[in-house]
Amino acid sequence: MAATITQQQQVPVSRWQLRENTAGWLFVLPWIAGFICFTGGPILAALVISFTQWDVVNDPVWIGFDNYRRMLDDPQALQSLKVTTLYTVVSVPLHLFFAYVLAVLLNNKLFGIGLYRTIFYLPSILPVAAVAVIWRWVLSPQYGVFNYLLSLIGIDGPSWLASPTWALPALILMSLFQLGGAMIIFLAGLQGVPRDLYEAAMVDGAGWWRKQWNVTLPMMTPYILFQVIIGFVTTLQVFVQPYLMTEGGPKDATLFFLLYVYRNAFQFFSMGYASALSWVLFLYVVILTLLILRSSRTWVYYAGNEGR
Amino acid sequence: MATSTPASIPVVQGAPARTRKQWLDWIRRFSLHLVLIAGSLLFLLPFIWAVSTSLKPESDVFTFPPQFIPDTPKWENYPDALTAIPFGRYALNTIFLAGMRITGNILSCSLVAFAFARLRWKGRDVVFFLVLATMMIPEEVTLIPQYIIYSKIGWVNTYLPLIVPNFLAGAAFYVFLLRQFFMTIPRELDEAARVDGASFFQVYWRIVMPLSAPALVTVGIFTFQNSWNAFFGPLIYLQDRSLYTVSLGLSLFQEQYYTRWTLLMAASVSIMIPTLLVFFLLQRRFIEGVTFTGLKG
Repeated sequence: MAATITQQQQVPVSRWQLRENTAGWLFVLPWIAGFICFTGGPILAALVISFTQWDVVNDPVWIGFDNYRRMLDDPQALQSLKVTTLYTVVSVPLHLFFAYVLAVLLNNKLFGIGLYRTIFYLPSILPVAAVAVIWRWVLSPQYGVFNYLLSLIGIDGPSWLASPTWALPALILMSLFQLGGAMIIFLAGLQGVPRDLYEAAMVDGAGWWRKQWNVTLPMMTPYILFQVIIGFVTTLQVFVQPYLMTEGGPKDATLFFLLYVYRNAFQFFSMGYASALSWVLFLYVVILTLLILRSSRTWVYYAGNEGR
Repeated sequence: MATSTPASIPVVQGAPARTRKQWLDWIRRFSLHLVLIAGSLLFLLPFIWAVSTSLKPESDVFTFPPQFIPDTPKWENYPDALTAIPFGRYALNTIFLAGMRITGNILSCSLVAFAFARLRWKGRDVVFFLVLATMMIPEEVTLIPQYIIYSKIGWVNTYLPLIVPNFLAGAAFYVFLLRQFFMTIPRELDEAARVDGASFFQVYWRIVMPLSAPALVTVGIFTFQNSWNAFFGPLIYLQDRSLYTVSLGLSLFQEQYYTRWTLLMAASVSIMIPTLLVFFLLQRRFIEGVTFTGLKG
């Protein structure tokens, strides 16, 4: 859309253009400086550090691929990769499913709808640390409110955070209460679906389900794609919940990747190994994102080719 | 929003059909309310539970079945919890940190966003793509080198690592949000100013910025929220307890009072109050901000 205005005055364009060019780079200079110091530079530095053994105090020692080899024999590293993956693969789809369903339900003219939306949205913006502490108590095996609820329907609840089997499901369950962000975005998307599409579908005799499936869902796929990617990137960085609620236990059942990186870096001071771990995660995220983007060609529907 | 039932055209002959339709509509609404009320209760439950526990005497906590409304609310739990460790100090620290980060984000992200929304320069699309790509980079990848750099230049145990990146447009999300907003401001405005001899910076500062107050407020709110909620960064960089933020304070509190649930809940609930206040005061901005960046660029 930008190209139209450029063509109009051809005469002084080159000097004009040059000045605008310089201005452009000057304006993004802060970002470039930040990128070099805080993102791009450190990523490369992390790669270099990952080939060393370094406790920060003494000089780093070059050890080649030893850190990466060590990872393969480190049950905790593998466990943390497993925990994080499992959590991500289960919680992201559940998250999106419930966020979507809620958004559809909340996209109705109904008495008190604003209040409902607020209630479902709020938990997602509250401080994670506070939410984590509260959920420790909610999930308390004997006196917690969650097992009380279960007891009402005759289920004898497990000991959740204290149980190697149930600790991870408990954290997944808890994460479902934070679906507000995705829900609001879906809601905005739903409100943006052109009305005439529904009318056309109605003329064709489509019922509610059919309209949902053949009109709404395809129109929502760009939003879903965005949320899938954001969801994966965020869940791969879960830290506060295991740190405050389970300390990675019991028996490493909630040893999330970032927690393990944190321990290696800031408790055992093996910066080299921690860097190697973080690089593996980085590649993991990159590959996953690319895979999702690639697959999106088959399932994401863009109405028209001109998005904006 | 849901005018999905098109106005019923045949008024006269469809009298019984219409009442049936009304019935169906009524049932639909009723069941929707039921589902939403059940869901809302479920979502509120942890917080109701927390508030309830925070107002109980210690002796009433371990009862089964639990009692939701304490016989006599024990309000003292709140001052007790908040003075057991210096939460007031931590709150001030966090507010200071948030204020600095808000300033940094608003100034630097808007500058960068302006270049993407308003200026035509070689390499713009590549740089913009890079900016968006940084949103996908997990924090831990840059963490260790950053920490090492900060420790070498003596910034560990100060607020600088938590503030300086914000002055260099480190928060790509806000760059994106502001860029999207700037795109909606009519370009004729800056072209008129340019003709009058305004520099690019003047266009940015005198025209685009004042017109972007709503978006800037949104950035401010989100930054406040993030700073208030931040855990990982403060945990790594702040060692002196006198520098702690509220979230770190809560973590410390939990270490010391691991199962004193009444006090723990009082502290947790207190930490949520500023977030809730900001939300309810600025609710509309919030939602607009989230939905504005909902998608593509």
